Amino acid sequence: MWNSLFPNIEMQDLWIATYETFYMTILALIGTFIFGILLGLLLYLTMKDGIWQNKFLNIVVATIVNVFRAIPFIILILLLFPFTDFLMGTIRGPNAALPALIIGSAPFYGRLVEIALKEVDKGVVEAAKAMGAKTRTIIFKVLLPESMPALVSGITVTAINLIGYTAMAGVIGAGGLGNYAYFFGFQRREFDVVFICTILIVLIVFLFQFIGDYSSNKIDKR
Amino acid sequence: MISIEGLKKIFTTTNNRITAVDDLTLDIAEGEIFGVIGYSGAGKSTFVRLLNRLEEPSAGKIVIDDQELTALSTNQLRVTRQEIGMIFQHFNLLWSRTVKDNIAFPLEIAGMPKRAREDRVQELIELVGLAGREDAYPSQLSGGQKQRVGIARALANRPKVLLCDEATSALDPETTNAILDLLVDINAKLGLTIILITHEMHVIRKICNQVAVMDEGKIVEQGDVLDVFLRPEQHVTKKFVEQVMGTDDDHDGVEKLINTYDSGKIIRLHFVGDTANQALITQIARSFRIDINILQGKITQMQQGAYGTLFVQMDGETDEIARAINYITDETSVEVEVVQDVE
Repeated sequence: MWNSLFPNIEMQDLWIATYETFYMTILALIGTFIFGILLGLLLYLTMKDGIWQNKFLNIVVATIVNVFRAIPFIILILLLFPFTDFLMGTIRGPNAALPALIIGSAPFYGRLVEIALKEVDKGVVEAAKAMGAKTRTIIFKVLLPESMPALVSGITVTAINLIGYTAMAGVIGAGGLGNYAYFFGFQRREFDVVFICTILIVLIVFLFQFIGDYSSNKIDKR
Repeated sequence: MISIEGLKKIFTTTNNRITAVDDLTLDIAEGEIFGVIGYSGAGKSTFVRLLNRLEEPSAGKIVIDDQELTALSTNQLRVTRQEIGMIFQHFNLLWSRTVKDNIAFPLEIAGMPKRAREDRVQELIELVGLAGREDAYPSQLSGGQKQRVGIARALANRPKVLLCDEATSALDPETTNAILDLLVDINAKLGLTIILITHEMHVIRKICNQVAVMDEGKIVEQGDVLDVFLRPEQHVTKKFVEQVMGTDDDHDGVEKLINTYDSGKIIRLHFVGDTANQALITQIARSFRIDINILQGKITQMQQGAYGTLFVQMDGETDEIARAINYITDETSVEVEVVQDVE
């Protein structure tokens, strides 16, 4: 039954491709989370009436974020080839995809972080100031915990974008399900491979969405 | 305790300069409950936020407990702020933390070790009457309970001053009273100075010793709460006193009432802050052979005693009435005014 419906599937290859997709998504997600929070905090803290109000820095960061968000991902990978080669020593395989994945999605997540932080009640930040809190305390004990549900749903949206990006990166040699679907499915005209890869990617997306929604709900005590 | 000199705050927008607090000078004694009342936009909220420099003063000097707040560096200010508690109209609790952890927050900021923190939090929970709710999240609490958490949090580092920014304005009347009682209680127990901003005269009446009336960034009237109630000079102040005492128009009814009596004397009794006089009517009825008929009045209880007016009709022999009136004038602090002599 399976063999007649999907004659061209090599379980071994499929497994490796799925593993690579997970590998790329999760590592890139960690990087995106860290850099995105940094960017978001910078945008938030340097904005008008922010704790580190700094018009110049705010414009610089905002411009960087906007520029990288404007570049289509597939172009970004090509653009970053020299950088990737320098950083990772290769331009092929899942590891080589990481810099582009992170640089491609951190600015997007950074904006979501900025929005999440702006939603934090100003009064609570003010109360912390009135208690004599340092900026570090305000960031780690007020801003981040108070915006956590929004940060989590933001990273969920970003994760799903990232899964799409890994497939695109796959087409130019990064590995993963995108790579498998393109080289083994599309180029050899073996569409059962394309079909199976699609199913798997959709399932992975559902999985991330579920985990994200669940944890966001769990930590939301409002 | 707190002395403020020439305090000024000007907000500058692109096409406008607004003077929110205008050259304000004020002294507040230790252990006092000091009320600042004013309509919205009078600058009272800005004023209280200047006191811990949540707003930077444009000019002027603030000295709290021999420490010149306005001369402190950012770092010194942070440490000093730990000694100034503040509670807010909208409570400003961290929803991500439980009651316990919200109260522990200022202690964490002050760097208190975990063990000591837990003990202190427990003490505070008892003090504000939240025992049993330690592990609840703010979203599970009523408004009054949230403000109790706010008060416990503000008191955590044993401040010398407690700033209340419209602390009861988001609460219903009953809860407001409970919170005010708690504040009086804390003031008596801990002896800390409380500065309270409000737009409700009821709040001032209930708990303050001293009051300042603010209008357009200036203090227009200031003094003992009783004095201000008794002899409001400014128009704004009169308005606020009417909030609690009713307007003079209310006495129109009395005129009609008075005309319907054809014997005895109609007398207006003015109560000013001596609790011993509360049994006045009974005393007079017992000591003199006259009938007392209460016509109309309003007496309100304040921090320093009763305040209000009572219209009564005294009926009986003219001499006896005269003796009763003399007794009230000589022996009590109640002021007497004969409104109408019906003979």
